[in-house]
Amino acid sequence: MISRQLILALGTALLATGAQAEGVKVGMITTLSGGGAGLGIDVRDGFMLAVEQSGRHDIEVVIEDDQRKPDIAVQLSDKMIQSEKVDVLTGIIWSNLAMAVVPAAVAQGKFYLSPNAGPSALAGKGCDKNYFNVAWQNDTLHEAAGAYANSAGYKNSFILAPNYPAGEDALTGYKRFYEGELAGEIFTKLGQTDYASEIAQIRASGADSVFFFLPGGMGISFLKQYADSAVGLPVVGPAFSFDQGILQAVGEAALGVHNTAQWSKDLDNPTNAAFVESFQAKYGRLPSLYASQGFDTANLLISAMETADVSDQDAFRAALEAADFDSTRGDFTFGPNHHPIQDIYVREVVKEGDVYTNRIVSVALEDRGDAYADECKM
Amino acid sequence: MSWILLAEQTLNGLQFGVMLFLMAAGLTLIFGVMGLINLAHGSLYMIGAFAAAGTAAATGSFLLALAASLAAAAIAGVVIEVTVIRRLYDRDHLDQVLATFALILILSEGTRWIFGSFPLFLEVPDYLSGTVTLPLGVEYSRYRLSLIVVGLLVALGLFWMIARTRVGIRIRAGENDREMIGALGVDISRLYTLVFALGAALAGLAGALIGAIQSVQVGMGEPVLILAFVVIVIGGIGSIKGAFIGALLIGLTDTLGRFLLPKLFSLFLEPSAASSVGASLASMSIYILMAGVLLVRPRGLFGGT
Repeated sequence: MISRQLILALGTALLATGAQAEGVKVGMITTLSGGGAGLGIDVRDGFMLAVEQSGRHDIEVVIEDDQRKPDIAVQLSDKMIQSEKVDVLTGIIWSNLAMAVVPAAVAQGKFYLSPNAGPSALAGKGCDKNYFNVAWQNDTLHEAAGAYANSAGYKNSFILAPNYPAGEDALTGYKRFYEGELAGEIFTKLGQTDYASEIAQIRASGADSVFFFLPGGMGISFLKQYADSAVGLPVVGPAFSFDQGILQAVGEAALGVHNTAQWSKDLDNPTNAAFVESFQAKYGRLPSLYASQGFDTANLLISAMETADVSDQDAFRAALEAADFDSTRGDFTFGPNHHPIQDIYVREVVKEGDVYTNRIVSVALEDRGDAYADECKM
Repeated sequence: MSWILLAEQTLNGLQFGVMLFLMAAGLTLIFGVMGLINLAHGSLYMIGAFAAAGTAAATGSFLLALAASLAAAAIAGVVIEVTVIRRLYDRDHLDQVLATFALILILSEGTRWIFGSFPLFLEVPDYLSGTVTLPLGVEYSRYRLSLIVVGLLVALGLFWMIARTRVGIRIRAGENDREMIGALGVDISRLYTLVFALGAALAGLAGALIGAIQSVQVGMGEPVLILAFVVIVIGGIGSIKGAFIGALLIGLTDTLGRFLLPKLFSLFLEPSAASSVGASLASMSIYILMAGVLLVRPRGLFGGT
């Protein structure tokens, strides 16, 4: 008897919440365990900070850990769409996971807002009206690094990246803007931790500069070993090896390195200043690039909720396209393929007190969209 | 391509090899003496690195950090052996794999609880940073050279211990016939704990030494663990000599493969295709080597009959 009453009560409770939920239910699939957890945690914390600051109670966020594995990400997305019945998906960090989840999710009529991964396949022919990227297209920061290399007068770069799709995008992006010669081009193993062999080749190549894309732990290893080998050539790269989360682990080896990003903590606008301060107050650490992307993603969603109801897909999509929110990056608009058009900055790693961080030194590219927008037919 | 570059790459391969040996030695001893497959060996490597990073941050001394890594990994090894592993010796390998895999998850998440999700900082000490010029004009990292020396010294010490000391005799006896040495009055469970702690300490030391030039983060042990298994399969399971030769073979094959294969392909392919194809083949090279060795000697180079 008791159990039947319980079930009844539960059922009523479920009905009640079902009737109440007129807001938006968000499914966040991101990396919260394993080596890449720092990135997912930053995206989540940035996102939740914006939700909290909005003061809205009609946003429900379901957060799950994908463990950086595509198969688990797919399972989670099925679960979120079928049993959780979310309206919007977000959170994925890695391009290979995004490729496994996004096409299926948007095909089922869900919105996907990417806070990080921006594989070229989803920006060009594979673009979708329900897919929005709030961070960047993968190539963009590398293109900016190429542009910076020109302005710094580098004529003979040695370039390296891991042997996987985003690594290929990186070298392609750099070469799209870089005008000098190449002293060498290496694809390393994904997840490689020892770069003695590559550094020896850099030393012997006669290069005048090094461009590398080695996200997360790979970049920490490379920079420490590079500094230890005393090769001494200037290094340039995208922000992924110089974000707030890993700079402390690299230490002095990163000082003075120039890197490219769409955001920096010293970017001068009121939204960003408030974001940096409130993030630090809430979590006790400086925000990273990824945290700013999570924060912007949530604010984009909230701005759309203010003008349209998520059940009216066309209106909601138009509201997202308008991108009428205050970005931590200052100006922010979407291009025709729902990828950002934004300024990319050159930052330099500096030490403030005991903390390693970045400051902006110049603008690498202004109002840069991406190279794939023309191929997108929505 | 110059000979100097080739010499430097050979040293790099050697350095990689001796560090792999530190990992593989414990793994092969534990398997040889107790018949246990220990997937959690990589976690002990991680514990060593985190203990070293924590100690270095608190005291600023690299030598203390190394001592801490040895102690922490050995203590963790003893605790794990007494609480979990001891119950697994009589079970079959599948149970052991399952239980030690669970240990990986527990130790990784436990480390994240204590140290957080962001990588830690561990630095090469000043007196070992920079480069030295070797004969023939080879400029080489002083720290990596020290790693080769330390690795070779540990290997020598291990060979001496196994060949010349009483503990070594018992370990060899344990490899040959576990039940018999128990029957002869040797306290077998203490021997097991000792071997496990020794293997754990070596893994912890490797973690600390490598952590100084790589990233100290959760999950850093698993990629090394896979290589260490390849090493002991090539060398012959249970053989320290096999682990040593196997580790050097893997170190040299991997490093020289990554360096030479793209060059080989660039003779007849355009540069970016050559580097992509060469890199792909290079990452397979050690597994091809393993398959080759197993074809000729199914029990590994120094495996028993």
